Amino acid sequence: MPIIAFPSAGNDENAVLDLRFGRAKNFVLYNENTKTFSVVENTQNMQANQGAGIQSAQNILDNNASVLISGNCGPKAFRVLNAAQVQIFFAEAKPIIELLQDYQQGLLKKAESANTEGHWV
Amino acid sequence: MKIAIASGKGGTGKTTFALALFLANSDRSVFLDCDVEEPNAHLFLKGIEKQKDVVQLLIPKVNADLCNQCGLCVKSCQFNALAMAGKAGVLVFNELCHSCGACTLICPTGAIQDVETPVGEISIYDLKGGAEFLSGRLKVGHSAAPAVIQAVKKHPSTTPYTHHIIDSPPGTSCSFVTSVSGADFVILVTEPTPFGLHDLKLAVEGVENLKLPYAVVVNRVREKDHLIKKYCAEKNIKILLELEEDRRVAEMYSKGGTLLEVLPDLKEKLNLLLSDLEDQVGANP
Repeated sequence: MPIIAFPSAGNDENAVLDLRFGRAKNFVLYNENTKTFSVVENTQNMQANQGAGIQSAQNILDNNASVLISGNCGPKAFRVLNAAQVQIFFAEAKPIIELLQDYQQGLLKKAESANTEGHWV
Repeated sequence: MKIAIASGKGGTGKTTFALALFLANSDRSVFLDCDVEEPNAHLFLKGIEKQKDVVQLLIPKVNADLCNQCGLCVKSCQFNALAMAGKAGVLVFNELCHSCGACTLICPTGAIQDVETPVGEISIYDLKGGAEFLSGRLKVGHSAAPAVIQAVKKHPSTTPYTHHIIDSPPGTSCSFVTSVSGADFVILVTEPTPFGLHDLKLAVEGVENLKLPYAVVVNRVREKDHLIKKYCAEKNIKILLELEEDRRVAEMYSKGGTLLEVLPDLKEKLNLLLSDLEDQVGANP
């Protein structure tokens, strides 16, 4: 059963999804086995000049998440997550608890490619 | 003598001034367009491209058979150019790599090899009257501008010339530092606006940290007294030249013409300016 990651500025399931992926402050994680929420910081790249999306993707993998529900995902992060077979779903800025229900009911759109340009080029 | 033309702020007339200085002295100098993220001197100099060299950088390549997925290379990368993608192993983002070599050094199994990869190119142009100029161009999407700038400055075809006029990129980051480093003199071009002053201060801080001799050229001057003059007087910085705001210069620029075409009398002034700098640099080697 997968761990689902949500980028957010908040700490729990009542927080709203942060539409930024690379520079999101935290990832709220939902463990489908234990049906519990937890939070991990995503501050390693606050000061990074480049590659914030790659670092965030690495953070997702390091926390064993296999589903990402995100407002956006750029090309480099997509390449990392796709290579590691993480499924990405696009969503709007709604409370995480509502997005989890949307996901479980199959209402979210699965990402086939990045939906934003890289910030570098 | 190597003269770098720089400015903190973009759009102050750096290239306009650098081109005029070069054209006034083209019998004894070569022009280096080091604004490699957006080179534009070729639009004004209209030379014939006679040679094109590729600038290569060493970029890591991971041998998946030798890689034990320890992740040390990913942690060592300060430029976020590597990622460990689970079973897929290490992914390399060439365009973010600065070729520092840390990953190759730290890899315990010798799985990483450095491979020469093109990141930019240098064009060498012939100009009417026998002069030459070089133009560096960073590949789109790549971030290693300093590598291309260094390659332009070190290019063998610059060696026969007494004077190198280096047109630097705007700003005060790595590209600026790479462009002005090693110069015998830096000319900071600015304009009498609050932004011009603010960014001039950053550029002054930069060249003072690098311990380079420098002076200021003020472009688009409208009034006799202005904030750049005040700042330079306080800091005891020499103003080499003031250029008045002149609509004809902008019109000529928009057609790909140069400053000297509007102000032909400037040629002699810039001739003398270079000779003065020569004396000054010669006196304080």
